[in-house]
Amino acid sequence: MTSWTPTPPRPAPANTVGFVGWARENLFATKLDTLLTVIAIGIILYITEVVFGWAILDASFSGDDRTACLKPVQGACWPFIEAKFGQFIYGRYPEAERWRVDMVFLSGLVGLIPMLMPSVGHKRANLFFLLGFYPIFAFIMLTGGVLGLEAVDTTDWGGLLVTLVVAVTGIVASLPLGILLALGRRSELPIVRALCIGFIEIFRGVPLITVLFMASVMLPLFLPDGVNFDKLVRCLIGVALFSSAYMAEVVRGGLQAIPKGQYEAAAALGLGYWKTTRLIVLPQALKLVIPGIVNTFIGLFKDTTLVLIVGLFDLLGIVQLHFTDASWATPETHVTGYVFAAGVFWLFCFAMSRYSIFMENHLSTDRTSS
Amino acid sequence: MSDPVIRISKMNKWFGNFHVLRDIDLDVAAGEKIVICGPSGSGKSTLIRCINRLEIHQQGEIIVEGMTLDGSLKNLEEIRSNVGMVFQQFNLFPHMTVLENCTLSPIWVQGKSQAEAEKLARELLERVRIPDQAEKYPGQLSGGQQQRVAIARALCMNPRIMLFDEPTSALDPEMIKEVLDVMVELANEGMTMLCVTHEMGFARQVADRVIFMDEGEIVEENAPEAFFSNPENERTKLFLSQVLPH
Repeated sequence: MTSWTPTPPRPAPANTVGFVGWARENLFATKLDTLLTVIAIGIILYITEVVFGWAILDASFSGDDRTACLKPVQGACWPFIEAKFGQFIYGRYPEAERWRVDMVFLSGLVGLIPMLMPSVGHKRANLFFLLGFYPIFAFIMLTGGVLGLEAVDTTDWGGLLVTLVVAVTGIVASLPLGILLALGRRSELPIVRALCIGFIEIFRGVPLITVLFMASVMLPLFLPDGVNFDKLVRCLIGVALFSSAYMAEVVRGGLQAIPKGQYEAAAALGLGYWKTTRLIVLPQALKLVIPGIVNTFIGLFKDTTLVLIVGLFDLLGIVQLHFTDASWATPETHVTGYVFAAGVFWLFCFAMSRYSIFMENHLSTDRTSS
Repeated sequence: MSDPVIRISKMNKWFGNFHVLRDIDLDVAAGEKIVICGPSGSGKSTLIRCINRLEIHQQGEIIVEGMTLDGSLKNLEEIRSNVGMVFQQFNLFPHMTVLENCTLSPIWVQGKSQAEAEKLARELLERVRIPDQAEKYPGQLSGGQQQRVAIARALCMNPRIMLFDEPTSALDPEMIKEVLDVMVELANEGMTMLCVTHEMGFARQVADRVIFMDEGEIVEENAPEAFFSNPENERTKLFLSQVLPH
């Protein structure tokens, strides 16, 4: 009887692996590929040169008014950003009280960073800090009027502060609301289902601007005389409801991807509806739709710029407002301001996007070796 | 014979207008092992899925351990925690480790402590011979290992009845035996088992009774020896001639 010995594996040919292998396969595989590679590199170099020239070489970096930005070949007018930076971040929030905003930003970061790192423990306490303590703390600090803090009306808030308040409230409120709406839409109870479908389709079917207008102009008409609440609060509610309708549909996509066998296995183990939903269905469904959830967050973050329409000045709104300042009227002021605003928005959105990719990888359980 | 642990009488079920189970009568005694076979679409899976109400029957009566399956939520919870089920597609929870899969029901349904549940789960994983896979995710295991985890997960509820719905049909040939070995062991320990399977060797080895179904009816039931060597019904003969090795 012969016995079979498996053939030992051999290394792959040298020019098919490593950088050389990669470049041969991806950059220079055919004549056409080589041509495209050269053209693409040319385009990249050109764009880099233009951007670099405008933002660095021809730009002004210091000065106190428009005269600093009136060179014959003028790039970015960075002194404009420098001079208005406080306004861009805090709006008309009184200068002496801005430390309160800083405290809110800082404590938010302190709470958020460990929450986002899976390796840090005490998630329950951390979540309580973020969702229980922090909103109250932020509310007291920002509005004041108690504990010896000077009251600051929300009409004085502006800039990045408003952007973040609207976006964070929208994000925090839309996920749980969206989950409930998605579950309701798949419910077997006809009335619950009808209400959820109605809500989702109405809010998804109208533009956010309409929702904001309704919230700020129409809503007071329906309220009894003397009852009125803050314009910012009305916007927050409008944005939260609007984005929760979008979130609901994203989450529903995830719910539909869960095989029937998962529900059956949970039922056979004696789990009821809520335990099955919480322990089996949602963890899997939400993981599947992380890209969609973050996509909605990013959309929401950028949509906050629409609060301008009801007279609130978010980051973009306040940047535009300062274009009218005569002492900074230069040909490059607009571009510089827009680039700055775009940069800030991009930074936040890109961070969310990267974190989403990180979480997808972290939560992946189908890897073959852990 | 003592009172049956499962009593099914005059049970009928329809999917829409399709009459999938017709006048089923079946009593199962404590400790009895029953193998149910039949062609696909004969209603055998539906029958055992009615026993823990994954499917709802429309007529007749199903009594499990003295409790009637009639839509009462309390009875249903009680029955489900006494009846374990193993599925063809394993249906493990992919986002949980093997250990978490096994401790889920003891912790969340039976209210055991984490430590207690883990101890139990590790014992049962030992029993299905995969104690060293406890920290892995189901996706990292072979089909045979996954099905053994599914058996351990069902056993963690400490059920008195086990339902197997074609437990080896989705497995590669080399893995069928490892799952069957575990099931034989379980049978020898006295578990009440209802098993839908085409593994006739398994039926011969452990079954007290073999049931043959076709078109939603129980065509024939008999002790395995008589069932295989001397089937009474023409339909059974035809089926056996097709599934048994020639």
